[in-house]
Amino acid sequence: MIRVVLPPHLRTLARVDGEVELEVAGAVTQRSVLDALETCYPMLRGTMRDHVSQLRRPLVRFFACGEDLSHEPPDAALPDAIAQGSEPFLVIGAIAGG
Amino acid sequence: MNIRVLVGTRKGAFILTSDGARKRWKVSGPHFAGWEIYHMKGSPVDPERIYASQTSGWFGQIIQRSDDGGKTWNTPGSSAEELKSPDGSPTGESNKFVYDTSAETGKPLTTHQWYDGTQHPWEFKRVWHLEPSPDDPDTVYAGVEDAALFRTTDGGKSWHELPGLRGSDSGPKWQPGAGGMCLHTILLDPKNPQRMFIAISAAGAFRTDDAGKTWRPINRGLHSQYIPDPAAEVGHCVHRIAMHPSRPNTLFMQKHWDVMRTDDAGDAWREVSDNLPSDFGFPIDVHAHEPETIYVVPIKSDSEHYPPKGRLRVYRSRTGGNEWEALTKGLPQRNCYVNVLRDAMSVDSLEPCGIYFGTTGGQVYASTNAGDSWKPIVRDLPGVLSVEVQTLP
Repeated sequence: MIRVVLPPHLRTLARVDGEVELEVAGAVTQRSVLDALETCYPMLRGTMRDHVSQLRRPLVRFFACGEDLSHEPPDAALPDAIAQGSEPFLVIGAIAGG
Repeated sequence: MNIRVLVGTRKGAFILTSDGARKRWKVSGPHFAGWEIYHMKGSPVDPERIYASQTSGWFGQIIQRSDDGGKTWNTPGSSAEELKSPDGSPTGESNKFVYDTSAETGKPLTTHQWYDGTQHPWEFKRVWHLEPSPDDPDTVYAGVEDAALFRTTDGGKSWHELPGLRGSDSGPKWQPGAGGMCLHTILLDPKNPQRMFIAISAAGAFRTDDAGKTWRPINRGLHSQYIPDPAAEVGHCVHRIAMHPSRPNTLFMQKHWDVMRTDDAGDAWREVSDNLPSDFGFPIDVHAHEPETIYVVPIKSDSEHYPPKGRLRVYRSRTGGNEWEALTKGLPQRNCYVNVLRDAMSVDSLEPCGIYFGTTGGQVYASTNAGDSWKPIVRDLPGVLSVEVQTLP
């Protein structure tokens, strides 16, 4: 089971409290985790990645196990601790403005 | 009769309701707390159906829909019922606004004029205004930044551009105003379904006579000192246009500077600012029962976005412009430095007509006597971006 922590605005939008738990089939990558997340919560589509390019939105970052993975290739394997569910995959909104 | 006021703010949506007396107001909200709600509007044919534009600089555009008058909301296509449907796997496209660059449009347009005069790619940022169809609750037009017009015909599940507007010859000359290059006004002609008007800051006003396939600028008579050719075909910073449904050929405009009027559907405009203390401002609206009675909120200047002399005054003309009277009763007449944004004024259709507007200071003021006197019906909300009023049976 993959654990994902969403920023407060996206938790509000998805109507979830705390962490989200997901089943991810196959390799555990940024892309497969976000695909699974958007399948369970379709209202999140477009909020973390551009609808067309699928590129990360500029003010969104991805962290795991203390590492900033925002600039890693989307199909690169995430750390084992994420795949095993011992650590969460963090979606972060940049601290800026409002 | 009941009144429902839909208030979009910088940090969420609020819904104010009252009976026809319009004295006691119940406030519901914040809905979508923390998100900017640029606009909410109900369907004329199904007032319980309300569309909302929820936006964020971080997380993009969200379209929300309520089918019960704002009690509950869903992103269209992702309600619990649809998620359970064996055939209705959610597409999740209700938030997707992608410009049409297909060859079929004839001229895929990829750039417009940037602040420095160079060309700049069109980039979707947010929905500024939602205009539901007068006869189909599933059809809604959306005016977006960077300026373009989109439409849904499936209740907001998917949105498609009407590319004839952005693809018109003048597109590369459009430029952003201070608030971005936004399509903020959509007026549907109630007598001619082929005709629509839109306005863009800072390009100007445009009209279609073939239901959105082709468009032409309707800016003759506008004069804008801040552009190289003050009488150019496009480039004018139109802030708002209003129409009375009984006279769709007559339009009233609050421009960046100047209050304007046309009586031939935009073929020619003339200035009707006359004795206003400032002809800069954002909203303009028309009395529900008197097509020659119009309202503006003069603002000191384009660099000082607050009322002249710190006195918040709505100005009313009962002559369709030129002769204006200050409406002050109940409005703060000293030390008031709020602004009233372009989509933040609306009217009800009761008798006497109710006028409503929201401020950047978070007050929503209402008049139940066509502007003669005012009261705040809610105070201390986040800055108000939009106000729409529904008169319910």
